[in-house]
Amino acid sequence: MAGETKTMTIAEALREAIREEMRRDPRVFCLGEDIGIPGGFGGAFTVTLGLSDEFGRQRILDTPISEAGIAGMAVGAALAGMRPIADVQYADFLFCAMDQLVNQAAKMRYMSGGKLTVPMVMRAPCGATTRAAQHGQSPESFFIHVPGLKVACPSTAYDAKGLLKTAIRDDNPVLFFEHKLLYGSKGMRAEVGALSPVGEVPIEDYTIPFGQAVVRREGTDVTIVAKLRMVYEALAAAEALAAEGIECEVIDPRTLVPFDTETVVASVAKTEHLVVVDECPRTGGWAGEVAAEIQEKAFGHLDAPIHRVTAPDTPVPFAPVMERFYVPGRDDIARAVQGVLQWR
Amino acid sequence: MPQPPGDPLLRMYRQMVRIRQFEETVSRLFLEGRLPGTLHLYAGQEACAVGVCEALKPTDWITSTHRAHGHAIAKGVSMDSMMAELFARTTGCAGGYGGSMHMGDPAVGALTAIAIVAGNAPVAAGMALGFRMQATGQVVACFTGDGALNEGAFHEAANMAAIWDLPVIFVCENNLYGASTPIAEVVKLERLSDRAAGYGFPGITVDGMDVQAVYEAMVPVVERARTGGGPTLVECLTYRYTGHSRNDTRGYRTRAEEAEWKARDPIPRLAAHLTASGIATEAEVAAIAEEVAAELERAVRFAEESPSPAPEDCLRHVFAEEVRG
Ligand SMILES: Cc1ncc(C[n+]2csc(CCOP(=O)(O)OP(=O)(O)O)c2C)c(N)n1
Ligand SMILES: [Mg+2]
Repeated sequence: MAGETKTMTIAEALREAIREEMRRDPRVFCLGEDIGIPGGFGGAFTVTLGLSDEFGRQRILDTPISEAGIAGMAVGAALAGMRPIADVQYADFLFCAMDQLVNQAAKMRYMSGGKLTVPMVMRAPCGATTRAAQHGQSPESFFIHVPGLKVACPSTAYDAKGLLKTAIRDDNPVLFFEHKLLYGSKGMRAEVGALSPVGEVPIEDYTIPFGQAVVRREGTDVTIVAKLRMVYEALAAAEALAAEGIECEVIDPRTLVPFDTETVVASVAKTEHLVVVDECPRTGGWAGEVAAEIQEKAFGHLDAPIHRVTAPDTPVPFAPVMERFYVPGRDDIARAVQGVLQWR
Repeated sequence: MPQPPGDPLLRMYRQMVRIRQFEETVSRLFLEGRLPGTLHLYAGQEACAVGVCEALKPTDWITSTHRAHGHAIAKGVSMDSMMAELFARTTGCAGGYGGSMHMGDPAVGALTAIAIVAGNAPVAAGMALGFRMQATGQVVACFTGDGALNEGAFHEAANMAAIWDLPVIFVCENNLYGASTPIAEVVKLERLSDRAAGYGFPGITVDGMDVQAVYEAMVPVVERARTGGGPTLVECLTYRYTGHSRNDTRGYRTRAEEAEWKARDPIPRLAAHLTASGIATEAEVAAIAEEVAAELERAVRFAEESPSPAPEDCLRHVFAEEVRG
């Protein structure tokens, strides 16, 4: 990257993306709970902190606790020509807004025979953080199942800014998932492993196209596809396995819809083995979808069944010992890699 | 659990002290890094939970929120089991599965708290429907915050409770803020209880810093619900003394406002009444605080000496049938 950069956390990178897009386009505005209250939080995870000072409280719009209303208002405002960035404080509350997202946002274009456009973003913090069953879910998989919704999942500060700007400029509703442990407050960095989500971010305008995965680490033996925080667990597993002479290629899809099948197929053509890692529960989840897609497109390359490393089919437990069991970790991933290599 | 005998005012005093000291204790434990997760503390709002629960029978139920500790204690959940829950131990009231935001114990009519704002309102109305269909005579008190009244789920629940005259009481603890948001920013009405007229049932506003006032307001409301008269919206004006959850520096409100409300603290207020009216001596009132402090020390010890769940216990309790592995 040629231009000037700044070291940012993901929260800061997201804030920059919003700030730049709001400066650039008067149609862009934010709505959500506790996002702009003076002396308040700047949203549940500080992403909008300070923005109401610059843009005023008309464009950083504090709402009542009304998720269905927030989502529906975003749909309506988008239909009326605005470009809303709505958010829920925890991804778990998307379920309160499900009708507006699934029946309205996703379908207005289709139901109108292509006449209507719903350019909105719904931001949602996901991931387990000892807040138990109603504040720790990773519901991305629900939304990949809804035709008409795009789904983005940044895992680095650079991607967070570039992908959010793309989401805001996209003419479709975009579900934008942010992992709570990746926002980048200091205490959490050690916890998330090898590659810190705090990174160099260009201060100038740039976007990252949807549907382009990145190879986070190159390898020849096994391909690991992982998103959000699981990217870091996969990289840590790859590091440990390298010491045993096993070279993993780690792919971060960055968007789930659209999904970059080609990059994964190309990798599997080389490694002949695939492990998919996801913090969602197993059944009906994104990992299963990737496995199905790749076995259809690349069966001839595969030397072993595709393995999924996921959360179990349970709600998120509270007790930290149970939560550590619930959330897939580097050891689980390493075991799965060894498993696919030993398959006969 | 039967109510402990004795003067109702003394009983309510002890309950408020138990809640206050529980919150002070867990707040300290949290800052010491001994509790996982997060906390939404109830200090300041004690008169609401205690006044409401004193008007209920042990067989009645409550439903609670993310700010669950006070409701649970007031309904009779043991502090041992609550403390153990916060320590994520198997002896916790939810076995370590729930934590702070999911306190409760079905054995005493305290539904495992629901931390989705207003998620408990349709559930409370549904329980009331179930009780009415079985003619059990039980009522349900649904605790919500001021912010919860703006959720669609609350409106749907209130309307259905109204049309079917369900034995449910919507207790709205108006502590002036939903997280950082002042209620005036998100509701046009001055009195939240005015919302009730729109549903077609009575709404009242009471001083939520006065446990006697809350209790006295609740008695006829509970009677009305129990005898088929339908729901009531009871708005309790109150204040949370601490931040919304941890990490809240309270920049959205003034220290002067906090001081104003703390000057109306429900605990010394009732203590003064108890001694002035001769219900208890100052020594007796002071002894309650000491007894509660000892009770809390025991609760912390109980929690710390209790076992942690096994990691694989994560897999239990998903379905009614035990499935393992
Ligand atoms: C559906 C839903 N939206 C948002 C939240 C996040 N949240 C938790 S508590 C809270 C404020 C609730 O305010 P209020 O109802 O007044 O209760 P209080 O915290 O004041 O007791 C918010 C926004 C949530 N838990 N559930
Ligand atoms: Mg409130």
